Amino acid sequence: MKGAGATAVRVLRQLRHDPRTVVLLLGVPAALMTIFRLVYEHERAAFEQAGPVLMVLFPLITMFLVSSVALLRERTTGTLERLMTTPLGRLPLLAGYGIALTLVAVVQAGVVTALSLGPLGLDIAGDVTLVVVLAAAVALLGMGLGLLASAFARTEFQVVQFFPATILPQLLLCGLLVPRARMGTVLHAISDVLPMSYAVDGIHHLSRQPGASGAAVGDLAIVLAYAAGAMALGALTLSRRTD
Amino acid sequence: MMSSSSAAVVARNLSVARGGRDVLHDVTLACASGRITGLIGPSGGGKTTLMRAIVGVQRRVRGELSVLGMAPGSAALRRRVGYLTQAPALYEDVSVVENLEYFAALLGAARAQVAQLLARVDLQGAADQLVRSLSGGQRSRVSLVVALLGTPELLVLDEPTVGLDPVLRESLWVLFRELAAGGATLLVSSHVMEEAGRCDEVLLLREGRVLAQSTPAQLLARTGAGDLDQAFLRMVGEQR
Repeated sequence: MKGAGATAVRVLRQLRHDPRTVVLLLGVPAALMTIFRLVYEHERAAFEQAGPVLMVLFPLITMFLVSSVALLRERTTGTLERLMTTPLGRLPLLAGYGIALTLVAVVQAGVVTALSLGPLGLDIAGDVTLVVVLAAAVALLGMGLGLLASAFARTEFQVVQFFPATILPQLLLCGLLVPRARMGTVLHAISDVLPMSYAVDGIHHLSRQPGASGAAVGDLAIVLAYAAGAMALGALTLSRRTD
Repeated sequence: MMSSSSAAVVARNLSVARGGRDVLHDVTLACASGRITGLIGPSGGGKTTLMRAIVGVQRRVRGELSVLGMAPGSAALRRRVGYLTQAPALYEDVSVVENLEYFAALLGAARAQVAQLLARVDLQGAADQLVRSLSGGQRSRVSLVVALLGTPELLVLDEPTVGLDPVLRESLWVLFRELAAGGATLLVSSHVMEEAGRCDEVLLLREGRVLAQSTPAQLLARTGAGDLDQAFLRMVGEQR
């Protein structure tokens, strides 16, 4: 894992020099959660139902976008080719990105959670720390999917088009709009293989049942397994030799 | 110093296919240790592909190729070979020194070397600037510094002087000469024939084939040309 730490520092430095992106990463989820609360001002139950789900959607969306563009740039600007001529391995490279983006996701989830549980008055019955950990796991999933998207895109225009292709179907089928139990057989089966379904199951366990940490940890493990799978597939696309 | 007969890079009948056709055809060459070999030829002639094969990032390489006695791209070579890509491969959104610290950490180079090399290419004043704000010439020098980190034994430099003013170009050639005197082997590509005269040996590459490998003086003598531009044109004429 040599080089993972140096890579994480480099990625965080890239973000530090880009305060606008940092403000957007931290501020937009908070603003959206506030709007969401205002939209459901008179429908408290709907907010309690969907609010926690947003907490795990934000890291998926933001980290997918950040990592897909960042890794596409590594591929197109020649820095990846250069890294491949150094002793840095593919796994330490991805671990470095993972460490940096997890840190950002934890801060992002901390801000959203503090705002939601405080001023917005959302109730989370279970362990709040697990909510943040689940958000960080979803961030890694977003990064894994972003890494895969970067492998199939040549330009930044193309890579952002993978967002509606890979993220929106999960948003529709994860149980945010309609509980998964009420979906038809086919849709339910599809939703069973999509990782975000487990993230949403997990957040529902945490938000509704005080004693359901065990079930939530099971969902968390599934999300992490999907994240690891996406990264492993993505790592195969980071070949040392190219045409 | 190693004897001039020992070679840091040896290729025999090297061919590379890209997009279903060969872009290098049966290339045979040797880069003598501690010397500067110029890889000279027009754009699109296969210089970059050959360099990529030597640093081990090129796919579909056939034939024999040995780099410092090993297969190109071997893990053990990654600290011993420095590669300058044609376009400066740097992180635009961090500073010069942050780019260099990152690559120094990956290569296990001493941090002190960062400041030392920056001063050597006259960029100490730009250390804290974002790469994005640098001029093209400054970027290519930062990129060159990355290739020099860790003091590699073999330097593969793809058009290191392109687009630079004559003063800078001169100072870089002085640097290359110092590196070679220190025992490093350099393979430097250029499409400018004038630069061939600064090399110990010249490898003329055109349309994926080696036209000649010899010293600049031999090249002039053999073709009877007055300058290297003429020599190159005569070599092309001979081939036809």
